[in-house]
Formats: sequence, structure tokens, C-alpha cells
Amino acid sequence: MSAREPQERVSLQAQPLATPGIGAGFWATLRRDVLIAFRHRGEMANPIMFLLMVITMVPLGISPESAVLANLAPGMIWVVALLATLLSLDGLFRSDFEDGSLEQLLMSPQPLYFQVLAKVLVHWLVTGLPLTVMAPILGVMLSLPSAGYGPLMASLLLGTGCLSLIGAIGAALTVALRKGGILISLIIMPLYVPVLIFGASAVTSAIDGFPMSGQLAVLGAFLALSVILAPLAAAGALRISVNG
Amino acid sequence: MKFQFESLQGFLWMSGHGPYVWACYVITALALTYLLLSPVIKRRALMADLKRQARVREHEMRHQTS
Amino acid sequence: MAWQWFHRLGSPRWFFEKTNAWIPWLAAISISLLIVGAVWGLAFAPADMKQGNSYRIIYIHVPASFLALAGYYTMAISGAIGLIWKMKLADMVMKSAAPIGAVLTFVALITGAVWGKPTWGTWWVWDARITSMLVLFFLYLGVIALQEAYQNQDTANKASAILALVGTVNIPIIYKSVDWWYTLHQPATIKFTSESTIHPTMLYPLLVMVVGFYVFYALVLLMRTRTEILSREKKTRWVQELAVKT
Repeated sequence: MSAREPQERVSLQAQPLATPGIGAGFWATLRRDVLIAFRHRGEMANPIMFLLMVITMVPLGISPESAVLANLAPGMIWVVALLATLLSLDGLFRSDFEDGSLEQLLMSPQPLYFQVLAKVLVHWLVTGLPLTVMAPILGVMLSLPSAGYGPLMASLLLGTGCLSLIGAIGAALTVALRKGGILISLIIMPLYVPVLIFGASAVTSAIDGFPMSGQLAVLGAFLALSVILAPLAAAGALRISVNG
Repeated sequence: MKFQFESLQGFLWMSGHGPYVWACYVITALALTYLLLSPVIKRRALMADLKRQARVREHEMRHQTS
Repeated sequence: MAWQWFHRLGSPRWFFEKTNAWIPWLAAISISLLIVGAVWGLAFAPADMKQGNSYRIIYIHVPASFLALAGYYTMAISGAIGLIWKMKLADMVMKSAAPIGAVLTFVALITGAVWGKPTWGTWWVWDARITSMLVLFFLYLGVIALQEAYQNQDTANKASAILALVGTVNIPIIYKSVDWWYTLHQPATIKFTSESTIHPTMLYPLLVMVVGFYVFYALVLLMRTRTEILSREKKTRWVQELAVKT
């Protein structure tokens, strides 16, 4: 008994800190962010309200004629979804940066890639997904032809994921700046061009009776590419803008 | 290789396309001149600034010793 | 031994002193090439069969477009070198390349628009190339805006280097997408962009102009970088001595 005791003490001293796996870190960040987003339900609704209001401006500014609106609808909904995403991006890392938890995240032994991915996923859950779900209502408001609803939702489902992922790079680059808001739009909007082109075109070709699987496949490819690359770039950008 | 226009007038007018062609060349010339001059101007200002600072420092040093 | 020059590049001062003698050469070569090319293209190249004399804009539009794109890659590559090897000089090159590229993209856009008036009858068409060029211009503006937004010069350089790299990954995708978008919406009447074989008498001045623009780009990039070196190293003894001497 007495011979074993020191050995036990040694093993107690050498006990390493529990390091959770990559999955656990990802889930922890995900749960935390979902919780925070849920506690700010009011803010969550802001992009949706923005979307509704801008779509209301379209008939007022252009024409209430349904033929005109139907022509504009796919592109208009896509452009406004893009703007709503841009507006919500500023908050992606900002509150974490201000209360210091972003620095904790950077220091954690977890790979930053998965932490960023979790944050972007939550951002998509509270902006991209509601936008997609809302899209049919917007379609009705702009008298979108009935063939366009399914494609609109499908393209938004894939496309808003890309928008959140690419936007995260801009949010990470500007997080340390006080006037980050408009700068994000300036640096990110050119990068949204391909997503917008293929997203809006999927809807238009479905309305015109052409197949749209090609456009959706391209959007899927964009999504896959941005899942791989965008969190990497955003993680690098976070390290630079937080640590200098 | 020969001059493509009958007169200077024709060269400037380019059968109607002159204004467009010349406008492009003038704009490009201005842009290239800007690119060429802006670093020179910036450098001159910087050097003049440093020179003035050096002179001020020298002046202060002389006052301290006297 | 072979890599010595690369390590020396870590010293901005070494680079500054080394390149002192290059400036007059680059200036002489580029300006004479540009003058020869412009006079040749304006006065001695034959007029185009279809477009008449308005095609003479090609002699500045095409080189400017080439350099608009090449300038972005120059910026991104030097930004990457700055990020990977922490080389100060590469950061300075990247910072200097952004405004030069933006100006050349602007020249390409303006000359394209002015060229459009006699050929298409309007100043602006949403042609695939012009649209891509416009997006490229926005990408440059984004890099410059980000560069300006940061107080700390080092952070500014790193952040804009990342943005430039992200842009580099995106540029081929943007070009392909816009191309595809254009073929989808292309009005049947406009078939101007089809590449036609260009006659040698028209091609030679174009080649002269392209080489002239490239050398000119090298010249202004070098000048800007040298000015940037002076302004970043203004606290050091060698710059102060240089200032007193001038």
C-alpha cells in the first residue's frame, strides 16, 4: 500500500488539463451563440423587418403592376436578401470583441476554424434561414410567378450560406474598427457577385421553364468552397485584427 | 508605314471619331501623369519636413550650448 | 548564396539604395515606348475596316486592362509574401500597388465607356468585360478603404493583404460568372466582343504600348514603394541624413 502511494501522487500531479475534442469545442460555441441570439430575439427580427420594408418600397418606387413586379421579383428579392445579410454581419464578432470573449476564443487550444464555422452557422441560422423561410411571402408581395417559389427558396437556402461565410471574412477584418459597418459592405459586396448571379438566375430560368439544376449545382459548389476556405480566411483575419 | 491622314485637320477629326479618341488619350495621359507625379510630390514634402525638423533640432542644440 | 538577394530584400534601406539607379532607365524606356506606341497607333496604323478610327482607343484600353488585372495579382502576391515571410518591403509594395491598380482600372473603364459611344451608341453597356472590370475596380477600392481605415500601419497591411488574397481566389470565379451571366442576357445585335484576327500593322503598335505600360507600371510601383520606404523609415538615421543632404 505504502509503496503505491507516491506513484499515485505523481500520476495526480501529471494529470493533464482536460482538452475537449474539436467536436466538443464546436458544439460549445454553437450552443453559446444560439443561446445569446435567442436572448436577443428582438435583434433577430431586424433583418427580416428590413427585408419586408425594402420589398414594400419596390412597388411604391417603381410600379404596382404585377407584370412589372413579377419581372423584377427574383433579382429584387436576391438583392435585398444580400443587403439584409450585409447589415447583420457587423454584429457577427463585434459583441464578442467588445466583451473580450473573442480573445479567449483566439487563445483556446481549439482550432479557430471550427469556432468560426460555429459562429457563422449561428449567424446563418438567425439571418439566412429566416430569410429563406420568409421568401415566399416576399414572392407574393412582388407577385412572383408560381413556378418561382421552390427555386427561390432552394437558391436562397444554398446562397445565404455562402453570403454568411464570405461575409464573415469582412466582419473579421473590420471587427477592431469602430466604423466597421459600411466598410464591410464595401469590401464584401464585390465578392457576392457570383452568388447573386447564379442565385437570381436559378429563379429566373425556373420561371421561364428552363432547368435550374445547373445553377443550384454551382451554388452548391460555391457553398462547399466557402465552407472550406472562408473560415480559414476569417480566422486569419481575426488573429490580425485582434492582436495587430 | 505612312501617315494615315491627308491633313492635320483630318488627323484631329478622324472622320468623326476624333473627339472620342483624343478624349481617351488625354484622360490616360492625365492619369499616368498623376501616377508619375504623386510619389515625387509626396517624397518632396516628406523630405522638406524632415529637413525642417533637423534644422529645428540643430537650432535647439546650439541654444542649449550657448 | 543564391538566396542572399532574397534575405537582403528584408532591408528596405538596401532596396532603396540598390534601386536608385534604376529609376532614370525605367523612366526613359517606358516614356519613349509609350510615346512611340501612341504616335504609331494614332497616326500610322491603318484605320479599322469596321470601326474606322475609333478603334485607336485599343492602344490604351487593352494595355490598361492587362495591367488592371496584373496589378491585382502583383498586389496579392506581395501581400502574401508579406504575410508569410513577414517581409516589410513586400507590405510596402502591396500598399503602393493598390492605388496604381485602381487608377489603371479606372482608365480601362473610362476608355471602354468612351469607346462604347461611337461603336455601340451608348456610353455604358453591361458588357461582360466592362462589368468584370467594374467589379475589379470595386475590389481595389475595398482594399484601399480597408488600408485607410486602420490607424496601425502594420495591421492595415496585414488586413488588406488577406482581403487581396481572398479577392484573388474570387477573381476567376467572378470573371467566369459574369461571362456566363452575359451570354445569358446578351442582346443578339451586339457581337463586338468576338475576337477577330488583328492585322500585324495594327498589332505592332499595340505590343509596343503593352510593353510600355508594363515598364511604366514597374516604374511607378518602384517610385511609390521608395517613397513609402522613406516615410516608414523617417525616424531612422539614414533617412534623416538623406533629407539633410537634398
